[in-house]
Amino acid sequence: MIGLEIHCQLTGLNSKLFCPCRADYRGMEPNTNVCPVCMGLPGTLPLLNAAAVRSAAAIAMSLNCAPGERLAFFRKNYFYPDLPKNFQITQYDAYGHTSVGGRGVVRLDDRDIRITRVQLEEDPGRLSYEGGADGRATTLVDYNRAGVALVEVVTEPDFEDPRQARDFMNMLADTVESLGAADPHLDGAMRADGNVSVRGGDKVEIKNINSFHDLEKALHFEITRQNSLCDAGRTIVQETRHWDERRRITIPSRTKEAELDYRYFLEGDIPWVAMDDDTVRQIREAMPESVMSRRDRYIQYGIAPQVAAVLAADALCCRLFEESHTDRTAKLIANLITTDFMGVMDTREKRAHSRLQAGHLSALAGAIDGGSITRSQARTILARLSRDGGDMGAMIREAGTSGDLAGVVERVIQEEPEAAERARTNPPTINHLVGMVMRKTRGSADPQETLRLIRKALEE
Amino acid sequence: MDLDTPAHEIAGMVSAGMVSAEEVIERTLERMRQTEHLNIFISTNPCAISEARRIDDMVRTGSDPGRLAGVPVSIKDNICTRTMPTTCASRMLEGYVSPYEATVVERLRREGAIIVGKTNLDEFAMGLTTEFSVYGPTLNPRNPRYVPGGSSGGSAASVAAGAAAISMGSDTGGSVRNPASFCGVAGFKPTYGMVSRYGLVSYANSIEQVGPLARTIPDLALAMRVIAGPDPRDGTTAGARPVSDTGDGMDGKRIGIVEQMAPDSLHRGVRAVFERAVSGLESLGAICEAVSLEMVDYSVAAYYTITSTEAGSNLARYDNIRYGYGLDREGYEFHRYVTASRDRFGPEVKRRIIAGGFVPSAGYTGRYFLKALKVKSRLAREVNRLFGTYDYLVSPTVPVPPFRLGEMLDDPVGLFQLDINTVTANLTGKPAVSVPCGTHDGLPVGVQLMADSFRDGPLLGAARALEGIVP
Ligand SMILES: [Zn+2]
Repeated sequence: MIGLEIHCQLTGLNSKLFCPCRADYRGMEPNTNVCPVCMGLPGTLPLLNAAAVRSAAAIAMSLNCAPGERLAFFRKNYFYPDLPKNFQITQYDAYGHTSVGGRGVVRLDDRDIRITRVQLEEDPGRLSYEGGADGRATTLVDYNRAGVALVEVVTEPDFEDPRQARDFMNMLADTVESLGAADPHLDGAMRADGNVSVRGGDKVEIKNINSFHDLEKALHFEITRQNSLCDAGRTIVQETRHWDERRRITIPSRTKEAELDYRYFLEGDIPWVAMDDDTVRQIREAMPESVMSRRDRYIQYGIAPQVAAVLAADALCCRLFEESHTDRTAKLIANLITTDFMGVMDTREKRAHSRLQAGHLSALAGAIDGGSITRSQARTILARLSRDGGDMGAMIREAGTSGDLAGVVERVIQEEPEAAERARTNPPTINHLVGMVMRKTRGSADPQETLRLIRKALEE
Repeated sequence: MDLDTPAHEIAGMVSAGMVSAEEVIERTLERMRQTEHLNIFISTNPCAISEARRIDDMVRTGSDPGRLAGVPVSIKDNICTRTMPTTCASRMLEGYVSPYEATVVERLRREGAIIVGKTNLDEFAMGLTTEFSVYGPTLNPRNPRYVPGGSSGGSAASVAAGAAAISMGSDTGGSVRNPASFCGVAGFKPTYGMVSRYGLVSYANSIEQVGPLARTIPDLALAMRVIAGPDPRDGTTAGARPVSDTGDGMDGKRIGIVEQMAPDSLHRGVRAVFERAVSGLESLGAICEAVSLEMVDYSVAAYYTITSTEAGSNLARYDNIRYGYGLDREGYEFHRYVTASRDRFGPEVKRRIIAGGFVPSAGYTGRYFLKALKVKSRLAREVNRLFGTYDYLVSPTVPVPPFRLGEMLDDPVGLFQLDINTVTANLTGKPAVSVPCGTHDGLPVGVQLMADSFRDGPLLGAARALEGIVP
C-alpha cells in the first residue's frame, strides 16, 4: 500500500508566512529575498500571515477536512543548516485538533482516500552542494525560500498502485490552482514524499521526489524492490530512502529520521487563531467549487464518472460546459467536450487558443438532439470550429441536407442488423440495404451517395 | 538639577528650556565614567551628545521634543539597538550589531529619550546576580561587595548610580524586580502582552516581558505610557491597553498577603521591612489579610522546566552560520561544527540548554514538561480566584536581602529558590512591581505588589501609595 505526504507552497500569497518577504522567490539572486524575521535574527518575532491561514483552510476544506476551532502553532526542534532558527514553526495536534485540517476522506475513482491531516508550516531554505576539483565539497545555503508558507497534506496508505497516487497529486494540483492558492506548475511548488509497504511488511519512506512523473517511477521501483526482497525470503525493515533522480532508483538515506526527537511544544509568539463559524463560512463562500464536488455534481446529470472527472478537472472545459448545457443536453455536451473537443485539442495550450465557444456547443447539441445532424457530423464540425472557427450555422445546414439521408441510413442499419452483418461479410448483399433506404425515401435519395453512406456506416 | 532628579522632572525642565539636554547628558556621561568600577555598562552610545543637541534644537525652534526630552535611558544588552552592539553578555554574540531596532527603543527615542548605553546582565538573561556575564559581574552601587541582583543587574545599578533616569530591563522570572529590590530602585513587570517584545532577544518567550526600572513609581508609569501598546510586529500585544494615569487610592482596597511568599523561615531583616510596609498600607485604609497560593511551592520547579525548554529552542539559532565569530568551517560536518561553535556559551546557559533538551524529550515530557504546564495552569486558576476577591497581592520581592559576590556562585539550585516570589507573575502573565521599602544593614529591601491582568495602571497607583509611606 502507498501513502503520500505532500508539501504545497502557497505561491498565490504576496508574502511569506511570518514576514513581508516575497512568497515567490524564483529567479532572485540567492539571499536577497530575506529580512531579520525569516533569517531568525536575535529578537525577531514571527507575525502570522492571515491570508495564508485562509488559503490553507480552503485547501483543507476542499479535501473534506474541517479546520480546528482554534488553530495553534508548534515548534519542531532539530538542527539543520537550511533552518535559520534551528526549529520549524508548524502545526501539531497536542491539545486536540488545532491544525488547519483534521481527518477527512476524498473519493477518487471509486476509492476512498483518507486524509490524516492538513497543516500550515514554513518552508526551510535551500542547500546546494558544490564539489571542488580537489574533492572537497562546499555546502551553500540560500534562505530566499525560508519562511514561505507550505501546506502539508498527509494521507493514510490508501493507494493500491502508483498511478492512483499520481492521480491524487493531479487532483490536488487542480484544487490548489482553482482556489488560487498556488501555481502547482512552478518548479518545486508541489513536492511529495511517499511511503510504501508490501504484503503487510514495514513501511519504507521515500523522499526527494521532485516531479509528479518521478513520483510514479519512484513508487514503482520501490514496490518492485520490496517484492523481490520478499520473494527472496528477506524481511523489509522500516527505513527512509532517497529517490536518485539520475539513476532512477531509491537508495538508503544517511540520516535516521525515526530516531530524531523533535521536542514539539507550543509556539508562544503566535496567538491562537479562532476559526469560528463565521470565519469558516466566509472562507467557504469565497471558495470556488472544488474539483471533487463539481465532479459529483456532474455525475448527478447522468454523466459517466470517468467523463465527469476529466471534465471537472479542466477549468476551461468546465466553463464551456456550464455555459452551454441544459439538463437534457448535459450528458451529450459532456461527451462532445471530453471525447471530441479534447481529442482534437489534446493539450491545455491548444484548448486555450481554440475558437470554440459555449454557444457553438449548445447549437450543436440542439442540432443532434433534433435529429438534423448526426453525432459523427457533429464531431467533424466541432473539429473544424475548434481549429479554424467559421460560420457554424452554415456548417450545420450543409450537413443537415446530407444529414437527412445519413439519418435514414443509420436507422435502416439499426433496424436490419442481420442484413447489415451480411453486407459486412458478403459485400454484394449491400444492395438489399440500398433498396431499404430507397424505399424509406420514396426513391428521392441519390443511389451513389446512399451507397457511399452505407459503406461508411458499416465501417464504423 | 542633579542626577537623582526624576525623569518626568528632567523632561519638564528640558522642554521648558530650563536646562539643556546636552548638559543633562554631559553630566550623565561624567557619572558613567565615575562609576566605571561598578561595571554597569557593556557599551556606551558614541552619539549621545549629538542626539541631545538635536533635542535642544527642537526646544529652541518650538517643536515638541517629546515626553522624555533629554532623559538619559539605559538599555539592557539583550534588547536590540542599531547604533550599539547587542551582546546578551555572551561570547556567542561578541560584537553583534542588530540591523534593526527594538520597538521599545524606537518608542523611547521618538519621545526624546537619549540612550546612553547598554547594560550588563547574566548571559542571555539567565541568572539573578549578574555574575554570569562574559564581561564580569556588575557591583551593587549601594555596596560594591554585594551583587546587584539579576539578570537586569546593570539596568538596576545604572538607575541606582544616577547613570540613567530610566532603564529598560527584561523580566522572565523576576529579572527586573529582583535587581530593583537589591539596588533600592523601582522595577515593573507588565502584564504579558502589554509591551512589545520585538527586539528583545528571547529566553523564555511565552512568559517574559520588557519592563522599566526607575527611581520613582511615577517614572515607571511615564515609561510604561511610552512603551506599552499594540505593536504590529509582535502578535502577542494585540490586547494591550493604555496605562491609566493614576490609581484610586488605597482606602477600602483588599490586599492578600501570600502565605507561601512570606513563610516563617523568611529572613528576619526582610520580614521587618515587609511588615512595616503592610502596616503602612493598612494605615492608608487597605484591608490586608493572609491568603494561600498552594501551587507556589511547585512554581519554581515548573518555572525552570518551562524556561529551560523554551531556552533550548530559542538559543538553537546560535549555530555560528549566519552571524557569529570566526571559526574555520573547514573539514567540519554540520552537526560537529555546530557543537564546536556552541562551546562558547557560558556554564549557566549550557546547563539550561542541556536541561532544555531533556525535560521535553520523548519519554520524559510527561514526567517533566507536561507536569510543569499543569502546575502553570493550576497556579493561574488559583491566582485568578484570588483576584476575584482581592485587588492586589503583596509579598517581599526576594526572600533575602542582597548577598556578597561569589556567595551563591557554586549553588545554582539554591539560587533558583530566590525566584520563589517573582515567578508567579510570569507564569500567570500578571503585572507586578517591586517598590523599595527600606533597608536591612544598609542594604535595600523591596516589596512586591501584583494585580490582575491589564490592571497595570491601578497597580502603579497602588505602588505610588506604598512608595509614599516609606520613611
Ligand atoms: Zn523575511
